[in-house]
Amino acid sequence: MTDTSASPMLELLGGFIRELRAAGIPVSLSENIDAMEAVGHIPLEDREAVKYALAATLVKNDSHWRAFETVFEVYFSLRGAEYRIGEDGEPLEDLGEVEPLEAPGGQPGMGASGQLTPEELAEMLYQALMRGDEAMMRAIARQAVRRFAGMEPGRPVGGTYYLYRTLRNLDLDGVLDRLMDQTRGQAPDGLTPLEERLERDEYEARIDRLKKEVEAEIRRRLVADRGVEAMAKTLRKPLPEDVDFMHASREEMANLRKAIYPLTRKLAVRLARKRRHGRKGPLDFRSTVRHSLSYGGVPAEPKFKYPRPSKPEIFVIADISGSVAAFARFTLHLVYAISGQFSKVRAFVFIDGLDEVTPFFEGVEDIAQAVHRVNTEADVVWVDGHSDYGHAFEVFWERYGKDVGPKTSVMILGDARNNYHASQAWIIAEIEKRARNVFWLNPEPRSYWDTGDSIVSEYGVHCDGVFEVRNLRQLEGFVEHLA
Amino acid sequence: MDHRFDSVAAVRAGLREQNYLSDEGIAGVVYLADRLGKPILVEGPAGTGKTQLAKSVADLLGARLIRLQCYEGLDESKALYEWNYKKQLLRIQAERNADSTWSEIEDDIFSREFLLTRPLLEAISATDPVVLLIDEVDRVEIETEALLLEILSDYQVSIPELGTVTASQIPMVFLTSNNTRELSEALKRRCLFLHIDYPDLDREKEIVLTKVPGITDTLADQVARIVRSIRQLELKKAPSVSETLDWAHTLMLLNIQHVTEADAADTINILLKYRTDIEKAIKEFSSNGAAFAPNG
Repeated sequence: MTDTSASPMLELLGGFIRELRAAGIPVSLSENIDAMEAVGHIPLEDREAVKYALAATLVKNDSHWRAFETVFEVYFSLRGAEYRIGEDGEPLEDLGEVEPLEAPGGQPGMGASGQLTPEELAEMLYQALMRGDEAMMRAIARQAVRRFAGMEPGRPVGGTYYLYRTLRNLDLDGVLDRLMDQTRGQAPDGLTPLEERLERDEYEARIDRLKKEVEAEIRRRLVADRGVEAMAKTLRKPLPEDVDFMHASREEMANLRKAIYPLTRKLAVRLARKRRHGRKGPLDFRSTVRHSLSYGGVPAEPKFKYPRPSKPEIFVIADISGSVAAFARFTLHLVYAISGQFSKVRAFVFIDGLDEVTPFFEGVEDIAQAVHRVNTEADVVWVDGHSDYGHAFEVFWERYGKDVGPKTSVMILGDARNNYHASQAWIIAEIEKRARNVFWLNPEPRSYWDTGDSIVSEYGVHCDGVFEVRNLRQLEGFVEHLA
Repeated sequence: MDHRFDSVAAVRAGLREQNYLSDEGIAGVVYLADRLGKPILVEGPAGTGKTQLAKSVADLLGARLIRLQCYEGLDESKALYEWNYKKQLLRIQAERNADSTWSEIEDDIFSREFLLTRPLLEAISATDPVVLLIDEVDRVEIETEALLLEILSDYQVSIPELGTVTASQIPMVFLTSNNTRELSEALKRRCLFLHIDYPDLDREKEIVLTKVPGITDTLADQVARIVRSIRQLELKKAPSVSETLDWAHTLMLLNIQHVTEADAADTINILLKYRTDIEKAIKEFSSNGAAFAPNG
């Protein structure tokens, strides 16, 4: 399979796979063996080919691709001749690789020492983006990192700070504006909005590539400085389904939003199937006897009643104050996306006041749009806009309590951080008496419950279940359980 | 075992001859599948050429394409094999007068002659080169997936009455999935995984140029750019490659050489199939000028 001469590679792969597992990607033993075999068939100096070979054998889920890519970049960033950083063990010194900078530009007066003025660098950046010159962009990215990032050896950081410093100095927004001005100036009779949009998208794509180069360069230097294992650990990111709702960064949020649509589709298909293939109904005695006549009175063919699983009615009562808003958004999105599985869905949102938002979702194709309206238009502030569960429940009970019936499942979403207001837990007890069941979903880790002003167990004793729902995986699990 | 392809580059060039423009990843995985003798599980949004890949590889190899379209309720007798019981009955009746013993008849009626091969068994027992395509594998129930496991890992089918049929050659196997449900670990483990996403700008342009005869370079470029911009919006259903091609065809038929906003708005229903998506895209591309006008 793999000969012994490849053992450094074997060792590297071993570490690589350990790291993948640590990042949460399930890699089985047989996949591990496949990967080893696969790299045997691939020229090792071709970095892209190795990457695809490993991905094909190890990563079997598209949403894990980003995590895989990060690990790959860390483990294989220093391999391949063009990425070699300072052979002399001085990784952060001048790399002496400014030649590619000079060649395309051909500008005079640029010393071999690479001492460009910032203005010159900015000008070259502008030129490179204008022409979409990849090699030049890569060279500029390295120059920029060397010059602006101000990296200090040995600091245990992930590189976000260096990235920020580098990009701030490059002023990419300014460059984009300049590029657009230039393009507008060149067009003889102005740009139509469509053309303008297309040009802008093109430049933005190029700038994105530049950012990626900068990021990669920073990572390379960090790996050279701190070693593979340490970096992999620092850069380790949770998979989209494990991202915590309450602490997601903006980028992670965007990824979550992208992840939720396929998830809802999957869930809807699964639930519909479950319903259809559910167990048969109970024995239909009458029909069995009726059909036994054709067998001379022997009930040879048992008949079953047509199964009619009841479709529950769902009431969602969601806290949409600051920290838990994202969680409420995702849950509403998910519940409405599979609303076909329920006979009726009604949604209420609150902070210290409560408002029904069901109409926002009626006849709407775009759920994301409706969820957005909930956040901007619902009337949920009563006094000061700090969560007051007690008052919100009171309003709910007063206005909508009579609508809760034996077919209703009530879902309450929130962290139960009540700002030391009265809990009014008796309302939950009353709702529980009327409803089919009451579930409480809490986006906080279980260990935080009942600390500070959280009074989740005061409500929890009256609920049929209190669940910790911190990420998409848990949310998916809960919703499936519900339908 | 002799291999079908010499290198990744050869796969890529070969597929290009079949008018299938692959990228490094696609060609690499096809090459590996051949070398490792493993099936490929192709996943990705609808209309990105998953099925076409299998067809193109079959054409490239001059192999027969055997296709198993999956659906809910697919079972052994549709996927693997079935005994031709009518023929068996005839045989028994024909034997009735002759003086043959029970075991002779039994041996007789459970032989290859009475076996109806279905796609999977056919792919295994073929002697000519074949490519097996198991389309939309995510449509079968999770229990039915088990039917595929034996064939995918060992390239053999066990028939209780007959014994095990082992492949004389390892066929190329493609499974496609639209990802409507999570496939079982067992299935994924046996396959190489290939995710085909929307192509990047250059590849899409090239695809348009190859598949739409007579289109000019500038128009293809513009089409690819507009489609890329549309895909960046948050839509219910982003335009697929086949929709891009349809759109390019339409523009050709309408004799449009340069897409203006009005043209785009008139024909956008070919790219987008949801009313909200269309509205969003039109709004996005016409209001854009106003939004940025102060800059220029």
